[in-house]
Amino acid sequence: MGNQAGVLKCSMSGWGRFPVEECESVRPERYRDLTASAGRQIARGQGRSYGDAALGKRVILTERVNRLLAFDAVAGVLRAEAGVTLAEVLAAIMPHGWFLPVTPGTQWASLGGCVAADVHGKNHHHDGTFGQHVLELEMILADASRVTCSATKNQALFWATIGGMGLTGIIGEVNLKLRRIGSSYLRVRHHPAKNLAQTFALFGDPGLDDQYSVAWIDCLAGGKQLGRSILMCAHHAAPEELPAALQGSAAVGTSRSVAFDLAAAVLNPLTIQLFNAVYYHRQGNKRAPYFAHYDHYFYPLDRIADWNRLYGKRGFVQYQCVVPEAGALTAVSALLQTVSQSRRPSFLAVLKRLGVQNAALLSFPLAGYTLALDIPMRDRGVFDLLRTLDAIVLQHGGRVYLAKDAVLTPQTFRAMYPRYRDWQRIKQAVDPAHGFESSLSRRLGMGYA
Amino acid sequence: MRKVVLILGATSAIARAAAGEFAEQGYDVYLAGRDAEELARIAADLAIRYRIKAGWGIFAAESLSDHGRFFAQAISNMGEMDGVVLAMGYLGDPIAARNFDTGGAEVILINFTAAASILGHCANYLEARKQGFIIGIGSVAGDRGRQSNYTYGAAKGALALYLQGLRNRLYDSGVRVITVKPGFVDTAMTYGMPGLFLVATPQYVGRRIVTALHKSADVIYVPNFWRYIMWIIRLIPEPVFKRLKL
Repeated sequence: MGNQAGVLKCSMSGWGRFPVEECESVRPERYRDLTASAGRQIARGQGRSYGDAALGKRVILTERVNRLLAFDAVAGVLRAEAGVTLAEVLAAIMPHGWFLPVTPGTQWASLGGCVAADVHGKNHHHDGTFGQHVLELEMILADASRVTCSATKNQALFWATIGGMGLTGIIGEVNLKLRRIGSSYLRVRHHPAKNLAQTFALFGDPGLDDQYSVAWIDCLAGGKQLGRSILMCAHHAAPEELPAALQGSAAVGTSRSVAFDLAAAVLNPLTIQLFNAVYYHRQGNKRAPYFAHYDHYFYPLDRIADWNRLYGKRGFVQYQCVVPEAGALTAVSALLQTVSQSRRPSFLAVLKRLGVQNAALLSFPLAGYTLALDIPMRDRGVFDLLRTLDAIVLQHGGRVYLAKDAVLTPQTFRAMYPRYRDWQRIKQAVDPAHGFESSLSRRLGMGYA
Repeated sequence: MRKVVLILGATSAIARAAAGEFAEQGYDVYLAGRDAEELARIAADLAIRYRIKAGWGIFAAESLSDHGRFFAQAISNMGEMDGVVLAMGYLGDPIAARNFDTGGAEVILINFTAAASILGHCANYLEARKQGFIIGIGSVAGDRGRQSNYTYGAAKGALALYLQGLRNRLYDSGVRVITVKPGFVDTAMTYGMPGLFLVATPQYVGRRIVTALHKSADVIYVPNFWRYIMWIIRLIPEPVFKRLKL
């Protein structure tokens, strides 16, 4: 009760299920209804950011403004409303031999969310971020005007919107340049590393490099084995590379749901250490190259519907940071040691080498190494751990990924994002009344000096 | 030979879902509504996702005298028409709709008069072809008059009677007439409304609309249990019912 027509009050969270907040939500179905009202609001696509980026006083759900508008199957350009999911985009473009230029680890994110967070994928070191493949955006600004922007038109708005966490306006339409592929399969090779130094050496070996690369880290292995990992490299397989059995086939994955909240107690250092040890040996022994369907390779976690519930009701924080190339080994080693010593089990730890920073002012990637860890919210002690990790990252000139953050402070944020001042000037110009505000932006004082 | 379906009131969430289901079955679609920008967006979306032909045209439901011309134009655009889904509806403000000079007339016009008018043209066309279907979306609100929205309910109830008559008339010419009565559906019309229960998604309603074609039932409730809920509601004797706050 207490709802007015068209407005639903409900509790919401990001994908990490922490924090949970009471929000008002509206859910436009027509493009022209995708607009700001008086007061503070933030657009929310599929709620796949982990922390509080898509929470706020009022949340504009874009899920029904999700039409594909134009697809040039010859040039590989797709124009769509920003509420559409990557999965829907893939379903439309794959049959024509096109793929996303950059994909995050889930296909259930919206196009708008990918732009707002300027997401990256396993090919960042070659192809940059998602935003670098956006040809044009149509923005719906605070004054309700529709404005197109691109790298050559309204550039300031464009580079403040990419990675701008939805704070410059509502992303209405996205025009995206796609990637040509020869098959639905990837040719994958695994390279095991016994420790962190070896992992870095593998990343740096040009002989092993491929279009996509990522290292899965057994983050409970300590001592001499700290940072032992499996580097997984891959590229889209050309049709002639495929074994006969796969040629012309199109396997479709199925999903199964974790139907209940796994008790937080089930995940403990022992069970996760066991899982990681088994996984390391199983995957590490796959020495020969193999072919994986894109669904399995890019979106393994999508196959476990609601995998975020694995961490129980209290949710989790996904801590993702990047540290510059110089000193990265020391920094990542310190980060892993800190997590390992805290005895807080991380189910998933991923290390990846990133390429150069782009022109988007709040974009996360920079040339160096990015580490991502799931940390369950078991008690308040988690915050102390995260502050310690922040300090290490900052000391090495790195930063934390806003799309996953739930705990940064305004000071740390400003120190980590040196181009924030430039971004803030643009925010001030396009949204002087702070009509676009999320819980993330309120926590970090984004838009203010 | 491709099949073509006309969707009347094509910009609602239910209509869009139904159009998507038809497109997935390989139908070409012709979308009718009053909002050109939305029609163009939905048509583009269906054409890209399902690789079908999706046309659209402006349909001003209240201009009854224009319905014949509109239908002829739809036929000429698509070449032929195999079926029609009538999805237009207008809830309005139930209190204002109590009186005709404050909105009641519009509720009757859109939900019944205009619906009957355009379906008349469709029926003549399909009767002559001796095949096809008409699917009309009514409402459980049309099953019994209640104080909360009786003008809307009366219009939807009248539509159900009209479809019943059409079904009887078109039986011999082999044209199916199906009445679909959704309960609460999660659309812009109901978003944030208090007191909703057992809410169906538009996708579910859309799927049921298309699967109804392959089944024999003439009147379907979506979801099914509304048949029983409405059966009980209709069974309540009027001397009792009139005292209820429904």
